[in-house]
Amino acid sequence: MTLLQERARTAETGQRRGIRRNGSLTPYLFLLPYSLLFGTFMLVPAVYGLWISLHDWDYLLPGKPFVGLDNYRALFDPGSAVYEYFWQSMSATGVFTVASVPLLLTVPLAVALLLNRSFPGRTFFRAVYFAPYVLGVAVIGVLWRFVLDPNLGAVNALLGTNTPWTTDLPWAWVSLVGVTVWWTLGFNAVIYLAGLQDIPRELYEAARIDGGGRWAEFRHVTLPGLRPVLLFVVINTVLQAANMFGQSYLITQGAPGVETRTAIMYIAQTGLRDFKMGSAAAMSYLLTLALLAVSLIIFRVFRSRED
Amino acid sequence: MRRAKGIAWYTVLIGLSLIFLAPLVWMLLTSVKTPGEATRVPPTLLPLEPTTGAYGTLFQAGSQTPVLRWFLNSMLAAGGQALLVLIVASTAAYPLARMRFRGRNLFFGMIVATLFVPIFTLIIPNFLIIDRLGWLDTLWALIVPGAASAFGVFFLRQFFESLPRELEEAAVLEGANSWQVFTRVILPLSKPALATLGLISFLTNWNDFIWPIYVLFSPESFTLPPGLGILQGAYTINYPVVMAGAAVASIPALLLFVVAQRYIIEGVSRSGLKG
Repeated sequence: MTLLQERARTAETGQRRGIRRNGSLTPYLFLLPYSLLFGTFMLVPAVYGLWISLHDWDYLLPGKPFVGLDNYRALFDPGSAVYEYFWQSMSATGVFTVASVPLLLTVPLAVALLLNRSFPGRTFFRAVYFAPYVLGVAVIGVLWRFVLDPNLGAVNALLGTNTPWTTDLPWAWVSLVGVTVWWTLGFNAVIYLAGLQDIPRELYEAARIDGGGRWAEFRHVTLPGLRPVLLFVVINTVLQAANMFGQSYLITQGAPGVETRTAIMYIAQTGLRDFKMGSAAAMSYLLTLALLAVSLIIFRVFRSRED
Repeated sequence: MRRAKGIAWYTVLIGLSLIFLAPLVWMLLTSVKTPGEATRVPPTLLPLEPTTGAYGTLFQAGSQTPVLRWFLNSMLAAGGQALLVLIVASTAAYPLARMRFRGRNLFFGMIVATLFVPIFTLIIPNFLIIDRLGWLDTLWALIVPGAASAFGVFFLRQFFESLPRELEEAAVLEGANSWQVFTRVILPLSKPALATLGLISFLTNWNDFIWPIYVLFSPESFTLPPGLGILQGAYTINYPVVMAGAAVASIPALLLFVVAQRYIIEGVSRSGLKG
């Protein structure tokens, strides 16, 4: 929705004035360096990947026979070698997405509402809540692996428990979701906060005069006011969750067995450790299709709400 | 009454801050403990015998885990990519913001579409492309492909469009060509946006984990994030060393954040509003 508005706006300003009708090569020369990179590392791989997925592409073997759709068929054939592990990893990604996205949408909103007023130290607190996000998943991973260690970790020592945070279900999921919320909460919070600040004060005043109370104010002013940022936040959060890799890789290492091994982990393992690239490429196209479908559904939901 | 409310308010804010900061403080405290103390149950809060032994182990010459080398590699890769992104994103964003030409909407639509495609789906073909280019196990693999991300182009185009056109028109009247307008008018006016994009690119690359663990193989070519994975494996129960490694990877990022907090947070909030 914001994208469409954005495009409409671009078209308008384009016609308005100032933009030189440039028949020359100039714009293309400016675009050249980026286009080279975009072509080599975005467009070519998108097509090349499709080509790979149609072959029995073993990186270590000289012959890479064409197999048509066999790699895709294997993903749907319960008798194939990849079927069980692939769907196991897809369901792990699904579990993580379903468990983490609601929290990643609501907790940052609560934090943003907390920060959405002027008080001394506001910028300081905003920075503190954002701080973990500037660290990489590698730092976060090894740190929480230590803190959550069932035997030696500070969390169990603090709680006086011996919960298997990193080694057993459902605790491993609790850990992965909890760490992810802790780590990335600041990102959505900052975006929400910017959205909140764009809501005109008069709307709140009007709501107050109507005497609706806090909840009504939230429902009828705050939420609709956040709509411009909400679509981005929802799609981005879902995509990020569906791409989860580092947390599982470092904190649970897939534990207890392969239950917390995500789709990206399995694809990378298949393609870049076992070098079964044809199969891995097919998996990544299937995952991409699934994610595109999810994005489209989210788009639809937002658009139908707007009408 | 108002005062009591104020105290409750700050209690909540400070309580939350502890949740975010305590693990980071714990990392630093653990890094200056002895291995024995770090795994003591129940743990000690402050180190009984503070020691920089873990850092000594990390930076030891000739070790299997050359952390200093990883640090330099990380700096080169992150700095190199930030620079590359600034160059290619600004030159691409300028015509998209200011010129009309055939294929403009198609091109823009295409790069925007890639913002919705998870980048990991390209990891297999990109691995093979890097292999063809002879870049496996080199820093080029970390610097160049990531600069193809559409984020920078999108971000700068947005900013360029918000600039007033009068200065450009004046420059054109004085006979400046497009390149001169770009370098003498647009870029100087865009310093804050360029700083934001540079910082975000640097941090993203500095923290990148999945790509380096698959395209780098030898310890000397590692950056810090894959290096931390190695440390975790090599010093399984020597937690001070692992935490010291994590601290070395965190401190530059945190320092950058403290110094340039405004730019980074601004950049993030803008990416949401306009994304």
